[in-house]
Amino acid sequence: MLELQGLTKVYNTGDKALSDVTLTIPDGQVVALIGPSGAGKSTLIRCINRLVQPTSGSAIIDGVNITALGPTGLRKARRKMGMIFQEYALVERLTVMENVLSGRLGYVGFWRSLFRKFPQSDVDEAYRLLDRVGLLEMADKRADALSGGQRQRVGICRALIQNPSLLLVDEPTASLDPKTSRQIMRLIVELCSERGLAAIINIHDVALAQMYVQRVVGLKLGVVVFDGLPTALTPEVLTDIYGEEDWEATIEKVDDEDEDEAV
Amino acid sequence: MPMTEKNGQKIWQVRTTNAQLIRWAAWLVGLAVFLFSWKEISDNTLWFMMDNVGEVVADIAGRATPPRWSFITELGKPIWDTLAIATLGTIFALVMAVPVAFLAARNTTPSRLIVRPFALLIIVSTRSVNSLIWALLLVSIVGPGVLAGLIAISIRSIGFCAKLLYEAIEEINVVQVEAIKATGASPMQVMVYGIVPQIMPAFAGIAVFRWDINIRESTVLGLVGAGGIGLALQSSLNVLAWPKVSLILLVILVAVVIGEWVSAKVRGAII
Amino acid sequence: MSAALEAKLGRAWKKPPFISNPIFRWTLTIGTIAYIIVAFWGIDVNIDRIIRGWARGWEFIKAFAEPDFTSRWKDIYKGIYESIVMTVASTVVGIAISIPIALGAARNIAPLPVYLICRAIVAISRALNEIIVAIILVAILGFGPLAGFITLSFATIGFLAKLLAEDIENMNKVQAEAIKSTGASWSQWINFGVQPQVMPRLIGLSMYRLDINFRESAVLGLVGAGGIGGTLNTAFDRYEFDTVAAILIIIIVTVMFLEYLSGVIRARIQ
Repeated sequence: MLELQGLTKVYNTGDKALSDVTLTIPDGQVVALIGPSGAGKSTLIRCINRLVQPTSGSAIIDGVNITALGPTGLRKARRKMGMIFQEYALVERLTVMENVLSGRLGYVGFWRSLFRKFPQSDVDEAYRLLDRVGLLEMADKRADALSGGQRQRVGICRALIQNPSLLLVDEPTASLDPKTSRQIMRLIVELCSERGLAAIINIHDVALAQMYVQRVVGLKLGVVVFDGLPTALTPEVLTDIYGEEDWEATIEKVDDEDEDEAV
Repeated sequence: MPMTEKNGQKIWQVRTTNAQLIRWAAWLVGLAVFLFSWKEISDNTLWFMMDNVGEVVADIAGRATPPRWSFITELGKPIWDTLAIATLGTIFALVMAVPVAFLAARNTTPSRLIVRPFALLIIVSTRSVNSLIWALLLVSIVGPGVLAGLIAISIRSIGFCAKLLYEAIEEINVVQVEAIKATGASPMQVMVYGIVPQIMPAFAGIAVFRWDINIRESTVLGLVGAGGIGLALQSSLNVLAWPKVSLILLVILVAVVIGEWVSAKVRGAII
Repeated sequence: MSAALEAKLGRAWKKPPFISNPIFRWTLTIGTIAYIIVAFWGIDVNIDRIIRGWARGWEFIKAFAEPDFTSRWKDIYKGIYESIVMTVASTVVGIAISIPIALGAARNIAPLPVYLICRAIVAISRALNEIIVAIILVAILGFGPLAGFITLSFATIGFLAKLLAEDIENMNKVQAEAIKSTGASWSQWINFGVQPQVMPRLIGLSMYRLDINFRESAVLGLVGAGGIGGTLNTAFDRYEFDTVAAILIIIIVTVMFLEYLSGVIRARIQ
């Protein structure tokens, strides 16, 4: 279970990115975080694994207060949080397999990782995950030889091999075409339910969010302005979050059954 | 758009009148500085000696041809030494440049206020001073020979390599590094997985590039006693043995051309 | 579970090697290591001499703490002055000669015979080390800054013309063609289509070369071609390390200043 209590972030420039965010996310729940650009969605996710240092407040995961941890404790805590990035953030000059195995860095020592001598169980798990996302044959290709959708799948494998209890997902589909976006969203949600993972997914695309998640949180200028079921997203609510616009077309239910091909 | 009025007509100009004046003034100052510099050189030159330059050139050219080909057997060891100075010097320099570069790059330095300026000082002072001057110094410390040349080339190359390398480090993609951090990796692991792969091509390019330069530089180190083929050049020059000099110059030219060719090939293969 | 996956489970994983051909890979690795060892072997290290020299090295380092600018100030001043004069004059002349040669060495502008001649000039200039050129010129012209000036001008040509020619070859074709299609003459075409595209780079490279020429001018004196190098050489010969330190500090500060200046100028023109 993840609890955020009064999480606040003020950047050095004086910009208040988050103010007093309080949220509770139970195990296994997939939450979409929506809001306009600059609302603090990315900052919120990065405050949870402390890639960004929160100014005040706390993030408690399974009883451990992340904001109070020292460097070693933080590294241990980060192993429990898999992160998936907007631009995939694969290390492009490493192979797919190395990228996936880099998810185990928190578990293996420096010398083992330097000489790429990962335990056999990690290697097997990496192969299983790559097989699950349909990239087994690509294992020894370099990451920059892959397409956008393929790279994001490798990114998902890297997050999952950490054996996390929470996924932090930052705009997973922003760099992808509509069809690949759906496939990736579906894959993430499926994997979460297979493994009982909780997830916070930053997403621009409201319709896509509604299609796949159980709960939506709306953020505006660093403040939570909506928290409820996807079906509760009315034009009024969206106007409140994003500002005036014709929202009817956006929240119209999209029929998802037509493209159930392998992801 | 700047316009001026003349006889009631608008005239278009590229620049405003003031800007134009500043430009002319800058050109004028530049020209004055140049002419003054030239006059200084001219004043320090004995021009009457130039009357017979043609004869001098013809005389030296006559003495220098044909090169004494048989002398080549004695050049094996000097050219081997030259190559060793360049290659080992580059390796040493890289070993030392890597930590300096990491200390100097804004995104990897442990402290911007204390460590970074110190690293930058190492970079600027080693690369501002020519390897011949380093060689001069080292000959007086460790004595004449290959060792002095090797250390001179290493020191001169540290700053050069570290500068290019730290610029490459500052240009890396931060998100890739963040992604590795987010897995719970230790700082050393972040370095090996997140940063090193990104700067590897730059590193290889710099190494080969500097090796090429070092071959050129190590050919002349012998002039100050720091080993290699320059030593043979110096002793031949001292006794005005022009046929030997011309042969040595030819050998140096061939070595430099081969070095450039090899480095171009290797760079092509890496990138 | 797919068959492909089953085949891989339980098998060790190794990063694919950089060079896939194992024979080539091992030959290269062993050859490189062997060369390094043999090359090391060839260096005579005279421990006695180093121990004796170490005190001198320490003196040199100490000299940086209290450099002596005053006792040889006249020589230092004259040397630095001459270095600067040589740097300025040779950079200007070098640039002036480089530009036509760069135009000639760009394959997309020059006809083949011109291209070959210009490329040959560039190649010769680059292959000849400055010091060697200076030695030859001193032999011909006698001691003094003229030899240094010609050396640096000649070296500038190889450097600048090559990089500038590459820049011209990489320029945006469409912009240049647009000017050509207006019916411009060759010189108008260079002036309007080519020059604006390569100008920032030309200025940047010129500043960089000014910096290099100054650094090089500091060593030309070692072979009698004028500049601070002569003073430096004398100071070394007399083991006057405090004067050496003073000269080196002046060189380093000047280079830093030139780099800073070129940084500012480059930032302004881009």
